[in-house]
Amino acid sequence: MNNMKSDAPLLEVSRLSKSFSSHRGLSRKKAADIRAVNDVSFSIARGETLGVVGESGCGKTTMGRSILRLLEPTAGKVEFGGVDVLGLRGAALRSMRRRMQIVFQDPFSSLNPRMTVGAAVREGILIHQLAHGRDADQRVKVLFEEVGLDPAYVSRYPHEFSGGQRQRIGVARALSVEPEMIVCDEPVSALDVSVQAQVINLLQDLQRDRGLTYLFIAHDLSVVQHIADRVAVMYLGRIVEIASSKDLYSDPIMPYTQALLSAVPRPEPGRQTARIVLQGEPPSPANPPPGCVFYPRCHHPRKDEACTQIIPPLEEKTPGHFAACIKEPPRTVELLMLAAQAAR
Amino acid sequence: MSESLLRVNDLRTYFHDAGAIARAVDGVSFDVARGETVAVVGESGSGKSVTALSILRLIRNPGRIEAGSSILFEGREMLGLSEKEMRDIRGNRIAMIFQEPMSALNPVLTVGEQIAEVVRVHTDASRHEAWERAVEMLALTGMSDPRERATAYPHEMSGGMRQRVMIAMALVLRPALLIADEPTTALDVTIQAQILELLQKLQEQLGMAVLLITHDLGVVAEVADRVVVMYGGEVVERATVTELFDSPQHPYTEGLMNAMPRLDQKTARLTTIPGIVPPSTSWPGGCRFRDRCAYAWERCEMEHPPLYAVGENHESRCHLAIEPDRRQSPHEPLAARAGAHQ
Amino acid sequence: MAAESIGTSTHWTRHVVRHAGFAGGVLALIVVVALLAPLISPYDPIAQPDIIGLKNAAPSFVHPFGTDSFSRDVLSRCIYGARVSLSVAGLATVIAVTLGTLYGAIAGYAGGVIDAVMMRFVDAALAIPRVLLLIAILALWNGLPLWLLVVVLGVTGWFGLSRMVRAQVLSLRELDFVAAARAVGASSPRILIRHILPNVVPTIIVAATLGIGHVIILEAGLSYLGLGVQPPSASWGSIIQDGADQVGSAWWISLFPGLLIVTTAIACNALGDALHAAFDPRHTTGAMAELDS
Repeated sequence: MNNMKSDAPLLEVSRLSKSFSSHRGLSRKKAADIRAVNDVSFSIARGETLGVVGESGCGKTTMGRSILRLLEPTAGKVEFGGVDVLGLRGAALRSMRRRMQIVFQDPFSSLNPRMTVGAAVREGILIHQLAHGRDADQRVKVLFEEVGLDPAYVSRYPHEFSGGQRQRIGVARALSVEPEMIVCDEPVSALDVSVQAQVINLLQDLQRDRGLTYLFIAHDLSVVQHIADRVAVMYLGRIVEIASSKDLYSDPIMPYTQALLSAVPRPEPGRQTARIVLQGEPPSPANPPPGCVFYPRCHHPRKDEACTQIIPPLEEKTPGHFAACIKEPPRTVELLMLAAQAAR
Repeated sequence: MSESLLRVNDLRTYFHDAGAIARAVDGVSFDVARGETVAVVGESGSGKSVTALSILRLIRNPGRIEAGSSILFEGREMLGLSEKEMRDIRGNRIAMIFQEPMSALNPVLTVGEQIAEVVRVHTDASRHEAWERAVEMLALTGMSDPRERATAYPHEMSGGMRQRVMIAMALVLRPALLIADEPTTALDVTIQAQILELLQKLQEQLGMAVLLITHDLGVVAEVADRVVVMYGGEVVERATVTELFDSPQHPYTEGLMNAMPRLDQKTARLTTIPGIVPPSTSWPGGCRFRDRCAYAWERCEMEHPPLYAVGENHESRCHLAIEPDRRQSPHEPLAARAGAHQ
Repeated sequence: MAAESIGTSTHWTRHVVRHAGFAGGVLALIVVVALLAPLISPYDPIAQPDIIGLKNAAPSFVHPFGTDSFSRDVLSRCIYGARVSLSVAGLATVIAVTLGTLYGAIAGYAGGVIDAVMMRFVDAALAIPRVLLLIAILALWNGLPLWLLVVVLGVTGWFGLSRMVRAQVLSLRELDFVAAARAVGASSPRILIRHILPNVVPTIIVAATLGIGHVIILEAGLSYLGLGVQPPSASWGSIIQDGADQVGSAWWISLFPGLLIVTTAIACNALGDALHAAFDPRHTTGAMAELDS
C-alpha cells in the first residue's frame, strides 16, 4: 500500500505546541499555562489515514485544530504540500484552507441552525469562486448525492435531519472546496452503532474515489483500527507511540497503549480478560509530572527514578514503530502476571 | 426459574402530545432475578431509557404508563403504589445511576452530604451515623481518602470520580436492584474499565441485581448474564449473553453485531443497517424492522411477529423462527433500495 | 429524533402563539388607529371650539374621553398622541437596537482587550440611571425638537442590549459551525453577518419588543416633567401632564392616556415574553427527545 503513495509527505508537523493561558480576576494575573499539545511531530503521506487516539483531555482535538489554524499554535511548524502553513496570512491563509478541511464531532453544533443545509455546503464554493449561481447549486446537489443524501433536501434546515444525516452534510461541506486532506475530529462518536458504520463506510468510499488524506481523531480504538493505516497514541499533550495500525494493535510497546487496548470491552462473553486496569486518572495538563508523563500510572515492572528525570523521546524501537519509553517493553508474560495480580 | 426480583409485563409507556401518540415503550416484558445482571440493549429511539424510567415511575407529562402494564417488584405491583410509597422504594430498594453524573449531583452540596442525605431520608440514622455511612460507602467505591473526599464538591471532581460518587449514593442503602442507564458512556475507556470492575465487585459484595441500559455490546458481553435487545419500543430478542453472542437470531441483533468494528477481526468494510429507526408516533404495521431487514418478505408486512421461542431461554421477535429457510436468501433491504438517501 | 422534537414542540408553540397573538393583536390595533388618525379621529386634536363652554367637559356621548381645559377633545388628542408616542418609541428603539447590536457584536467577536475596553464603557454607562441622564441632557436644551428627543432616547438605550448581544456572540463564536465557516475560508465580517448575527436575531427581537414598551413609559415620564414632547404636539405623556393639576376635578384628561400607556406597555411585554419563549430552544425540543437520545 505504501508504494502507491508518493514519498514526500503531504503534511509534516514538527514540534507543534499549543498552550492556553488563563487570565483570571481583576489583576489579570497570568495563571498556569496549560500545555494542551506539547512538542508533537509526525507526518502523513498523501492518500494515507493517520489515526490519533487518546482519552479526553489528551490534546488530540486541539492538535487537529492547531494544524488547521482554527487555533493558533504556540510553537512548531506545520508544512502542507511544502507550504509553511503557520507563516500564512490573510488571503493566502484563506486559500490554503481550501486544501485542508474538517469534519466535527457534534452533529448539532456543527451546523448553523438558521442556514439551510444547501447554503452551508454552498458557502465554500462561493468563497473560493469554484462556481457561481446555478452551477454552484448544481455542485451542491452533486455533493449531496455523493454523501448519500437526497438532493431535494438542500433547502431544509439542520433541525430536520437526524444525527447521521447531519454528519453527511458536514462531510459534504468539507468536500465542497475539494480539499486534499480532511481532519476528522471524532466524526462518528456521537452516532449510534448502525449509523456509525454508514458514515465510516462513506468516509472510506470518499477516500478511495477522491484520493483523500485523513487525520482521523477518535477515542474509539476499534473505529481507528478499522479506518487508519497508521495510528498515533496521545497522552497528556504528547504523542507517546506511533506505528502502523497492524503493529500498534498487535504489538503495543508503550505501557499506556497496552493498558488502553486491554481496557476496550470485547464483544465476546465469557472471555477471560487479561486486563491491565490503570489506577487513577490522567494528571492535569496544567501541572504535568516531571519526566515521563505516564510515570505515575505506569505498570511497567522496571519503571524507576530515571523515568521521572528525562522526558522520553519518541524513538524508533522497531522499523516504523516509534514509542516514548526509555525501558525495554514489558514482555507478554510479565503483562499476564500483572493482570492476574490485578484480578486477585 | 427462581422467584424473580423484578417482573415487567406488557409495559406500555406512551407520550400523548398534540393529538399524536408516541408509543415509546410498547408492550415490553422481561424479568430480573435476584443478584443477576440483565442488559437492555438498543439504539436511540429504541425505548430502553424510557423503560428504565418507567420502572421507577419517573415518567413526566405528557408521558403515561398505560393501563394493563404491570411492574412487579419483590412481589408487589408498583403501578398501584402511591407516590409516597414509590418514594420509599426509590433510592432505597431500587436505585438508579445515570450517564451524566454532573447533572444528577447537586452543585452546592458536598458529595458526602448528598450521600448522607439519602441515608437520612430513608432511615432514622442520626446526622453523624449518616455521614459515617457516606464515608464508608465512598471507601467501598475505591476512593482513597474517603473522609477527605466526602467534603469535596462535585465540580472539584473528575468525571470518573463523580460516577463513583453516584454509585456510592445509589448503593449506600444496599438496594436489591440497581438500574444503571449508560453508566460508562461519558467516560474514557480506561475509566470505564475501572467503573465496570467496581460495579461487578460491589454487585458481588452486596448481592444486588443490576439492570444495565446500554448501547455498547462490548460492555454487555463483559458484565451481563442475560440480554434484552430492544428495537422500536419492543423487545426483539431475549437470551443469555453467550446464546445471544454465539447465535443472534433477530436480524437487527445480527446487524448491530456486524456494524461494530472489532479489535480482534479486521474487516475491509463494515456491514450497515440501512435506513433509520422510524418515529415512535408511527411504527409500521407488521414487523417494525422490516424496511431495514435483508430477509423481510410478505409475512413481515402482514403479521406483527410475536416473541418466538428459538431455544432454551432464547426468544426472537422474527418470523424467521418459523420459516428458517428464508435465511438462505437475503436481499437488499427496502430502506437501501429506496435510494441511498438515508 | 428530529421527528420527535417536532412533535413535542407543537404543544408549546400553540400555547405561545395564543399569547403572542392576543398581545400582538392589541398592539396592531393601536398602531392601525395611530396610522389612520386623520380618518377616525372625531375632532381636530388642537382645535379649541369653545374654550369656556366646553372646558373640562366630562366624558359623554359626543366626547367619549371628555375635553381638556382648552376644550380640546381628549379622544382625538389620544389618537394623535398615539402617533407621537409610538413613533418616538419605535424610532428610538430602532436606534438603540442598531447601536447595541453592532457594539455588542463587535466586542464579542473581537474579544480580548478590545472587548474589555468596550465593555468597561458599557459598565460605566449602565451605572448612571437612565432617567437621570435623560433629565440632565434634556434640561440643557430648552424646547427640544422631536427628532432630537428620539435620538437622545435611542442613544441612551442600547447599553443593556449590547451586553446581551455580546454574551451571545461570545458563546456562538465557539460553536463548531463557526469554526467550519472559518475552515472553508470565510472572512470575519462574513462570519459575523452570515453565521453569528442571524442567531442573535431572536434576542434582538425580544429586546426590541420589551424596549418599545419601556421607551413609551420613559417618554411619557419625560413629557410629564415637561422635558419631552413640546406643545402643541401631544403624546400620551404630555396629555397626562395637561390634566395633571386637575386630576381631582377633570380626572378623564389624565386617565385615558394613562390607560393607553399601560395597555401598550403590557402588550409589548407580553409579546416580548411570548417571543422569548418561542425562540427558546428548551421549549422547542421535546421532553421525549431528551429521554432517549
